[in-house]
Amino acid sequence: MSSRILTPLAAGTLFGAGLTIGGMTDPARVRGFLDIFGDWDPTLAFVMGGAVIVMAIAWRIVPRMVEPIFAEKFHIPDRSDLTPSLIGGSALFGVGWGIAGLCPGPGLAALVIEPALAATFVVSMFAGMLILRLFERN
Amino acid sequence: MTIPGFPDAAPLAGLIGGILIGLSAAVMLLGMGRIAGVSGIFAKATGVGGSGISRGGAWAFVLGLPLGALIVAIVTGGVDAQFAGFGPIIVAGLLVGIGTRLGSGCTSGHGVCGVSRLSARSIVATATFMVAGIVTVAVMNAMGMEVLK
Repeated sequence: MSSRILTPLAAGTLFGAGLTIGGMTDPARVRGFLDIFGDWDPTLAFVMGGAVIVMAIAWRIVPRMVEPIFAEKFHIPDRSDLTPSLIGGSALFGVGWGIAGLCPGPGLAALVIEPALAATFVVSMFAGMLILRLFERN
Repeated sequence: MTIPGFPDAAPLAGLIGGILIGLSAAVMLLGMGRIAGVSGIFAKATGVGGSGISRGGAWAFVLGLPLGALIVAIVTGGVDAQFAGFGPIIVAGLLVGIGTRLGSGCTSGHGVCGVSRLSARSIVATATFMVAGIVTVAVMNAMGMEVLK
């Protein structure tokens, strides 16, 4: 296998392990974080904080590199416009996140922890993406 | 390690998990030149989204997620998880699918990669889905809706 497959495989594995160690594959913990008016569980803030600190360092390395290690160029989002779809989409995502305590990463990682329910979430998420795509084409 | 007043919190495990997630995103950025946004990578792998890494690379990342979870589950002898039932999971999945595509990202792409870059779009998106999630849980609790089994 080439580094263009092994690198994302390693990154995905590291990501899945991090989510699981951090408790994010447990919807009760995620909903506990969102439950700030009830029995609040701050664990997710530590997960987010740890990840953001490491990535803040990585972003400072990027300008010193001519190109990525295993690819020709950097593909960094360059949009800065705050659109209704950004805010509306994020709000819909947040409602779904709150209902089941799952977002895309933990949903996929949990396929080996709670297979039937995680697979139902992943298929529903795919269906949602497909519905939006069909809707946007018309 | 515990935090006074929050006996259920796992700050150290959370921090270690978060650092691993950050390292993963750093591998994607410095190695592949790409943002580790799970919703976008999943859309690419399944063919519902256009941009991002190659389709093979997207599948490799997607398959790595449960692989990493499996390794942790084996090493630690099992992982606790309390899930919602099928009904709420289907509604949530649909909303997450539609919302992440419409909003161009999720907790990883906006919350980790974008916020750490101080992207205005990602900071607004993250604040929006956090508030929406908090309000949703608060409303469900106020209505006495217990979704977790």
